[in-house]
Amino acid sequence: MSEITLSGSTSAAPERTVERATARAVGAHAVADTAPRFYLTHEHHPENGTLFGFWLYLMSDCLVFACLFAVYAVLGRNYAGGPTGAELFELPLVAANTSLLLLSSITYGFAMLEMQRDRLRMTLLWLAITGLLGAGFIGIELHEFTNLIHEGAGPQRSAFLSSFFTLVGTHGLHVTFGIVWLVTLMVQSARHGLIPENRRRLMCLSMFWHFLDVVWIGVFTFVYLMGVLP
Amino acid sequence: MSVGGGVVAHADGGAAGHGHGGGHGAHGGGDAHGAGAVHFTLRGYVTGFVAAVILTAIPFWLVMGRTFGSSSITAAVILAFAAVQIVVHMVYFLHMSPKSEGGWNLLALLFTVMLVVIALSGSLWVMYHLNHNMMPESMQNMHHMP
Repeated sequence: MSEITLSGSTSAAPERTVERATARAVGAHAVADTAPRFYLTHEHHPENGTLFGFWLYLMSDCLVFACLFAVYAVLGRNYAGGPTGAELFELPLVAANTSLLLLSSITYGFAMLEMQRDRLRMTLLWLAITGLLGAGFIGIELHEFTNLIHEGAGPQRSAFLSSFFTLVGTHGLHVTFGIVWLVTLMVQSARHGLIPENRRRLMCLSMFWHFLDVVWIGVFTFVYLMGVLP
Repeated sequence: MSVGGGVVAHADGGAAGHGHGGGHGAHGGGDAHGAGAVHFTLRGYVTGFVAAVILTAIPFWLVMGRTFGSSSITAAVILAFAAVQIVVHMVYFLHMSPKSEGGWNLLALLFTVMLVVIALSGSLWVMYHLNHNMMPESMQNMHHMP
């Protein structure tokens, strides 16, 4: 552990380092030591890079969605004489979908809280509720898609509908795979308990699930709400 | 362990998935690493959820109730609400903080935000001008057509 400080004084005894670190950990910044200090006082050697690696995956997924949003932004008003968003979108349905996804976000949070307390059964219960809410979301979305296709407003009708189905469908596909992953982890946790490996996997899925909710904020605002504006 | 405390998420010295079961007695020196797991608190999730519900309900109400006469004002307001809600989700649900993973999480996020802004604004800008420039041109060309 190499200590890097701006003051460069070698008089800093090891116990002083520990004291500083402890003080920082409890959030007290008013320490006697006022010397400027680089943020990383120690070499950064994460023992487990999985969560950071998964974060990088999410960021790249973010770019996928950014491209799809850009396509929708460019093509979203090219109706080709077909139906417009204002005629097609049913906002009460979208509101229901949004509530389901938001609720599933906090129930996943409850599952993580139970996981921290080492309570397997409660963790599994909250995960099951999260999965059901996610399934409800997918159900409503499929209902909406089949309605649109039956009305003749399928993806091949206009550039607007092509980009709409691609963007919203990609999000729905992500949620679907999130549910598959969730069920897998429930089986794993039920079999092997809340071992470190399962905790790590549940943390990754937590990030994935909340990330999908973040993308949905963009979808309901940019596609649905702005789509029905006159 | 600061479950239920005021701290929403703070970096822990141990690696992910380590130390929750036991061996977490040494809460001292290693804590400043910012290398791994975050602590989740009920208060953090509930705060985030309540804020998210409010930030979702207002845009829906604005659009469904046709509160503003002008579409462009409504669009600007709901986009602003979406931006705030994304930050709320990032902080309270995804536990983003400048300290997580020693700052690398934030760095990756900022880089991604930059690329997203370039992709979105660039596409809109280019395509707007494309449409704008192509329109009269094609009209002119039609005069030369037989």
